[in-house]
Amino acid sequence: MKNEINEAHEAIEGISTDDSNSVNSESPERRPIVPGEIIVSGEDYLPGDGARREGEDIIANRFGIAEISGRVIKVIQISGAFIPRKGNVVIGRVSDITFSGWLADIDYAQNGFLPIDDSPRFINRNEMDQFLAIGDVVAAKIWSVKSKGIDLTLKGRGLGKLESGFIFRIIPSRVPRVIGREGSMITLVKEKTNCQITVGQNGWIWIRGEKTDDQIRARKAIEHIADQVMVSGLTEKMEEWFENN
Amino acid sequence: MAKEIKRSDGRKADEFRPITAKVGVIPNADGSAMFAFGKTVAIAAVYGPRLLHPQHMQDPQKAILRCNYDLLSFSVADRKRPGPNRRAQEISKVTEWALSPVIDLKEFPSTVIDVQIYILQADAGTRTAGINAASMALAQAGIPMSDLVCSVAVGKNDKTLLVDLTKEEEDYEEGEGATDFAVAKPANSEAFSLLQMDGKISPSLIPEATALASEACKKIYEAQKAALKESVTSKNSGEKTK
Amino acid sequence: MSSMEVSNLTRETLKKMFSEGKRFDSRELNDFRDLTIEFDVSNKAEGSARVRLGQTEVVVGIKLGFGEPYPDSPDKGNLMVSGDFLPLASPRFEQGPPKYDAIELPRLVDRAIRESGMIDLPKLCITEGEKVWTVFIDVYPINDDGNLIDAACLAAVAALSKAKIPVLGSDGKIDFDKPAKDPLPLSEGIVPISLSFFKLGDSIFLDPTREEQEASEARITFGFSTWNGQLMSNSCQKYGDAVFTQEDVEKMMSLVPKKIEELDKKLKANL
Repeated sequence: MKNEINEAHEAIEGISTDDSNSVNSESPERRPIVPGEIIVSGEDYLPGDGARREGEDIIANRFGIAEISGRVIKVIQISGAFIPRKGNVVIGRVSDITFSGWLADIDYAQNGFLPIDDSPRFINRNEMDQFLAIGDVVAAKIWSVKSKGIDLTLKGRGLGKLESGFIFRIIPSRVPRVIGREGSMITLVKEKTNCQITVGQNGWIWIRGEKTDDQIRARKAIEHIADQVMVSGLTEKMEEWFENN
Repeated sequence: MAKEIKRSDGRKADEFRPITAKVGVIPNADGSAMFAFGKTVAIAAVYGPRLLHPQHMQDPQKAILRCNYDLLSFSVADRKRPGPNRRAQEISKVTEWALSPVIDLKEFPSTVIDVQIYILQADAGTRTAGINAASMALAQAGIPMSDLVCSVAVGKNDKTLLVDLTKEEEDYEEGEGATDFAVAKPANSEAFSLLQMDGKISPSLIPEATALASEACKKIYEAQKAALKESVTSKNSGEKTK
Repeated sequence: MSSMEVSNLTRETLKKMFSEGKRFDSRELNDFRDLTIEFDVSNKAEGSARVRLGQTEVVVGIKLGFGEPYPDSPDKGNLMVSGDFLPLASPRFEQGPPKYDAIELPRLVDRAIRESGMIDLPKLCITEGEKVWTVFIDVYPINDDGNLIDAACLAAVAALSKAKIPVLGSDGKIDFDKPAKDPLPLSEGIVPISLSFFKLGDSIFLDPTREEQEASEARITFGFSTWNGQLMSNSCQKYGDAVFTQEDVEKMMSLVPKKIEELDKKLKANL
């Protein structure tokens, strides 16, 4: 099965794939932390994402998993709104057709916008709904994020209108876990279930399998993975899960 | 100040009622929590940041924190008729101001963060229980927060300052009667985001009352922390991926 | 949390799955999810219960108050079922005036309970023509994962089964300081149960998750209870624009006795 998902995610920047599956002997220290709590004290440390410095202390700026890796202290998000970034693949639903393109609900406070000239062939203004109609589901890539809106494109591998299958949601911060280091986790799920799967960074996931039972199993597997917040060695545990489910 | 006095439930003057705190009680919400002071039980759910309708209500510079507090009809002895009421509207607003100092609303312009607080069982201190629950719910929802907010009501029966009054203590009538002082603050800073009082209290006693509240808030923070961490480490996190 | 409605894509997949008798949570089309019932949600209520049906959670509180009887029933107490779709329970529930579903739910619960005769209304008369007890049943969804109506009815019946009448003071007013002790007068052996059937394509199913319910094209809710030891239907209401065929009706009715027995047993096991 083609690894469409990895190719579609090529351009993603700044996504931390889950490295709790790492066999690196110097694995960073991790523990749950709440806002306002001191993570570490010491002048050598630097506050990273989700942390701040107050005097001697590095303090959490959100609820999550504090990670102490070398000098940089960050708080990994385990919940919270999807933050759209250029290059993110998202799954959305066409919600409106305007004269210049399609608006898509991407489960974010702003809609995504697909300009009319993004379509692969010339589309007449009155034929727009023949290409994409309201209610259609698409896998799209974020082309740019501006204060006015989010521009999408369907140009790319694995992108475009999604036909058959189904979509469902997980918490967006769990997406890196579901994808796994270099796509290892999602590849495992696809192999074990024989399904096509596209994972949107906005937490929406599309699955299509020839057999209903495979589709059901793939969804259960992904929901299970998304639920495991602090479990390490997840890939092995999922291999086992697939034996028993 | 006699700290050795015994209250009708056996507590010392500076003791609050047993706390129950649990996070993730409403799977549909982005974040949710339950917080109880003794028999006063509050649940809170947070949705957002999300789109705010209608558009003209949006603030292009920051998120709107929209708090809604209310009592369930059967949470009080004299049934509360469902529907908007002024007391609840006032509490909703002061709750918003109690929580907003720790949230960087500028990070999510034009959106709304909805905080819904409901009281299942009311035995005084409902707004403080609500704020404690909302604080945990906001954290669980992944809202960037510099701190958690803790809240407790300090009161006075005649001349004695008490922490976390029961309804019975709120109705105290002898001497100076009862004073009820609801206080909230970010857990790790000595600044108050909620101050609401009615009764009869000498101005010189007010700083002592707020200091008592501050002290109590330290322990409340511990309970909130424990509940949040448990939601991550327990097997049945209660969270669902929906 | 998403308020994205169920997509046509997912609806089509669910349609196919149902036609194969399959669901995402591996249940049969006619299976109910795990049911738990707790009591004493509020010590200020004359009765209260919390029902969990899978991840759906509903709380119901019973309050008793004085009222005037209705002119056409001067010797009977009153029943009033209200509810509020708290925005707490779903990203789809908004602040403001109730939408249709929020108006309909308390009415369906009311009908199922009232028509069954579960509450002995004549025994709630204090002074004929002047003063009667009004039983307030207030229904609040706490988490909507589908099938709120059936869950709400279970919670209401559970709460009623343990409800008590408040004690009156010497001034004829309710004395809230004294614990209520006499049970609410109920007709023996009557346990109203709501059963909602949902339809998608040609498939009929029970106890949907929110996703399944949003994908459904129609619903029909029946209230059932026993009368003189016999299973009776007390109420029925269809919702949605798809249609039910004669075959559908026969199929649903053939499922009823077994499902009611099952739910009745689960309910009684928790009471």
